[in-house]
Amino acid sequence: MQKVIHGIGHSVKRKEDPRFITGNGRYLDDIKLPGMLYLAFARSPYAHAKIKSINVEKAKAMPGVVAVITGKDLQPLNLAWMPTLANDKQMVLPIDKVVYQSQEVAAVVAEDPYLAKDAAEAIEVEYEPLPAITDPRKALEKGAPIIREDKGTNHVLHWEAGNKEEVEKIFKEADIVIKQEFYYPRIHVSYMEPCGVIAHYDKITGKLTIYMTTQAPHPVRTVVSLITGIPENNIRIISPDIGGGFGGKVYVYPPYVVAAVASVLTGRPVKYVFSRSEDIQTTAFARDFYITGELAAKKDGKVLAIRVKVIADHGAFQGDANPSKFPYGLFTIVTGAYDFKAAFVEIDGAYTNKPPGGIAYRCSFRVTEAAYTIERLMDILAHELKMDPAELRLKNFIPSNKFPYRSALGWEYDSGNYEAALRKAMELINYEELRKEQEEKRKKGELMGIGISSFVEIVGAGPSHTFDILGIKMFDSCEIRIHPTGAVIARFGTRAQGQGHETTFAQIIADELGIPIEKITVEEGDTDTCPYGLGTYASRSTPTAGAAAAVAARKIKEKARKIAAHLLEVREEDLEWERGRFYVKGSPSKFKTIDEIAFAAYTNPPPGLEAGLEAVEYYNPPNMTFPFGSYICVVDIDKQTGIAKVRKFVAVDDCGVRINPLIVEGQIHGALAMGFGTAFLEQIIYDENGNNLTGNFNDYTIPTAVETPKWITDETVTPSPHHPFGAKGVGESATVGSPAAFVNAVVDALAHLGVKHIDMPLYPWKIHRILKDKGIIK
Amino acid sequence: MPKHHISLVVNGKKVEADVEPRMLLVHFIRDVLGLTGTHVGCDTTNCGACTVILDGKAVKSCSLFAVQADGKELLTIEGLAKDGQLHPIQQAFWEKHGLQCGYCTPGMIMTSYWFLRKNPNPTEEEIRNAISGNLCRCTGYVKIVEAIQYAAKLMQSKELKK
Repeated sequence: MQKVIHGIGHSVKRKEDPRFITGNGRYLDDIKLPGMLYLAFARSPYAHAKIKSINVEKAKAMPGVVAVITGKDLQPLNLAWMPTLANDKQMVLPIDKVVYQSQEVAAVVAEDPYLAKDAAEAIEVEYEPLPAITDPRKALEKGAPIIREDKGTNHVLHWEAGNKEEVEKIFKEADIVIKQEFYYPRIHVSYMEPCGVIAHYDKITGKLTIYMTTQAPHPVRTVVSLITGIPENNIRIISPDIGGGFGGKVYVYPPYVVAAVASVLTGRPVKYVFSRSEDIQTTAFARDFYITGELAAKKDGKVLAIRVKVIADHGAFQGDANPSKFPYGLFTIVTGAYDFKAAFVEIDGAYTNKPPGGIAYRCSFRVTEAAYTIERLMDILAHELKMDPAELRLKNFIPSNKFPYRSALGWEYDSGNYEAALRKAMELINYEELRKEQEEKRKKGELMGIGISSFVEIVGAGPSHTFDILGIKMFDSCEIRIHPTGAVIARFGTRAQGQGHETTFAQIIADELGIPIEKITVEEGDTDTCPYGLGTYASRSTPTAGAAAAVAARKIKEKARKIAAHLLEVREEDLEWERGRFYVKGSPSKFKTIDEIAFAAYTNPPPGLEAGLEAVEYYNPPNMTFPFGSYICVVDIDKQTGIAKVRKFVAVDDCGVRINPLIVEGQIHGALAMGFGTAFLEQIIYDENGNNLTGNFNDYTIPTAVETPKWITDETVTPSPHHPFGAKGVGESATVGSPAAFVNAVVDALAHLGVKHIDMPLYPWKIHRILKDKGIIK
Repeated sequence: MPKHHISLVVNGKKVEADVEPRMLLVHFIRDVLGLTGTHVGCDTTNCGACTVILDGKAVKSCSLFAVQADGKELLTIEGLAKDGQLHPIQQAFWEKHGLQCGYCTPGMIMTSYWFLRKNPNPTEEEIRNAISGNLCRCTGYVKIVEAIQYAAKLMQSKELKK
């Protein structure tokens, strides 16, 4: 009988969970080193102001204070500014002006976190307030106050893609053209564990160890080395258990640099953990896109061309986390699931007095904004044509026999069957019946809406010829070592933050080598021990590191074949692999198990073959993967309160082959809740002076169990043809796909009243105001 | 700052310490006692990651001072498993995939512990209300609710066996 190995396709419970459910996880703030000091910051109350003076004398004299650090102290070290991921630079601590509210102004290093905060409050800063700009459209107006004197302009960059002339021609000749402005609000990732750092410089060895809540430890090490001149072997980045990341922990924040400087200065470990409020007010934002979308179509509903213009808000520094060649990420997936002849996208970015970031919040580099744009536009077109939105989508989907498909903006979609996913979702939710119910409800004056979103993602960055960050190619890695008893340690260049890599990566190796997952330990997040990789974000871990695990395991299998041939005294080609063993063709009773082979690799290797059984793979994916799905949402609107209640939500996802269906479902659930938060609850709001009005968990309302709906999930499976085992990645599909489904449903409920669009978040007051304006309620 | 002497029972063991009056209970638990399973996720008492049981009641330990725990009995996530056996709630969270990053998990489990004692046979709506002061950003709550429902079943069958 085959032993149970829990390979690909098993919903095995997670290997990492025992430590978390017993309180034994080791997150950054749980780490306490001997002699540790603590940082606290004086922060700017103004969004834009000149610094006239900083007086640190009182703070310095306070009990427990070891040092106070200002921008002027960092200047001689050439560290008052640091490079961003996007070819800009960012203040670590300011010298003469602040550019967003709550920006770090000066740091206190003290023996105890309470004392550090006391002293930070005693730092006296004299400011001269300047006019603040919080709207990128205003920032680009002539005569707007300049935020970055070093740049001399508020314009960050202009970027375009596609064929402008062809699109213009099609728009001129089309039967129908629709146009809509959308604002995709600024939101905050709000992982449950705030960001933090512990820097530990060892004066004796010269080694700088930095514990950091980071999703990408290896590139961080390289950047730290390049900035400081410390050789990479003397820098160790440790990313311990991470309490959620979702893109927000890719960034290197100013306090990390200050902590490192403080540790070098004092020779002691220095810790800083953001409070939640500091985290929301200063760490990376997402979205903040002002979008104008247009579609050209024939009167029968066949779409022809799409044109999109965006004004992007970058905050005070261009810190967007994107691959080098894509300043606006993969927004060019905006043609979605549809067969467009031509497309054109142009984006202008602006500096504003808001914190920088521009991170891919649970999405592959601006894919969320793109999916929202196309899926809203399709609904608006359907409404204009008086066509059912499902019918319009079915009419325009890229047919399943056209894959691989070259999109109008140049991507080669690997595989897809969009019609199958939508039809399945329609069947599950009983679409035809719902439309009938809606018609009857409308007659009675009740408000019910149905929203569809048939999204396509582009994930798994990415092929080396196209994708790099700071010049480093976006491969990812796996190193597998099989020890004499057949036990495995596998290390990766990625870093999970809740995705369950310790389980799913073990399942991949188990599947390839026939070794039960109990005998496989997965390690990530330590640059001293793990192979180099670009990290975990943009749904890239399974397409890159997961693929690396399969390929490395196959390399091991090749060596195992040589050892088995030696042990069985047959030729290599006479052996057949069956999960967990090689046997002699035609004589299945003659075999060697992977355990026996592993033992022999150290005790009895074939003559001429080196001992050991290990392999490493730096996997360069041949293409991106293109997960997709169709979501349908049903809402009922309470007229008196304006509350839109999600009655039912069906999510059919196609992420190719699923490694652990239970974990996949968990990922989809979580991303749906985030999409729900985006659609209904969350927005970072600034007043005209640049004050953040939503800077803590009282005012920035992420969903609780009470508001969050339940989900009906299902799947279609269209394997990726180029991935070693057909997987595509799933962590972000639902944050990408769901916001349009929610908004489409709410707008659909009000469409007969002439409502074409409502910007997220769909606060009850917005709906209530519309109903009042339309005379539906008093 | 002058310190106050406090004495309390933590996970069944007597503990004594001298603490500053302003020290938050959560910092006492984490930094003085070294019980780091109780987490800090916010500074406005919204997130519930710091939830512990104080004299039988679920409390957010960031909203109390350590001195307020003087003379009381405290149970943290570390005290839940007995003799190497997971508590049924822990078991249920594991089996039903009620956690992802694990950061909110101890607080969720402690709230569930208090809630299931009050209401051993809850409806889904009651569960959702009970954990409304505990935020989770990973799971979308569905599997947490399922875990708590399953834990209720496990605890009832355990009661029956007694």
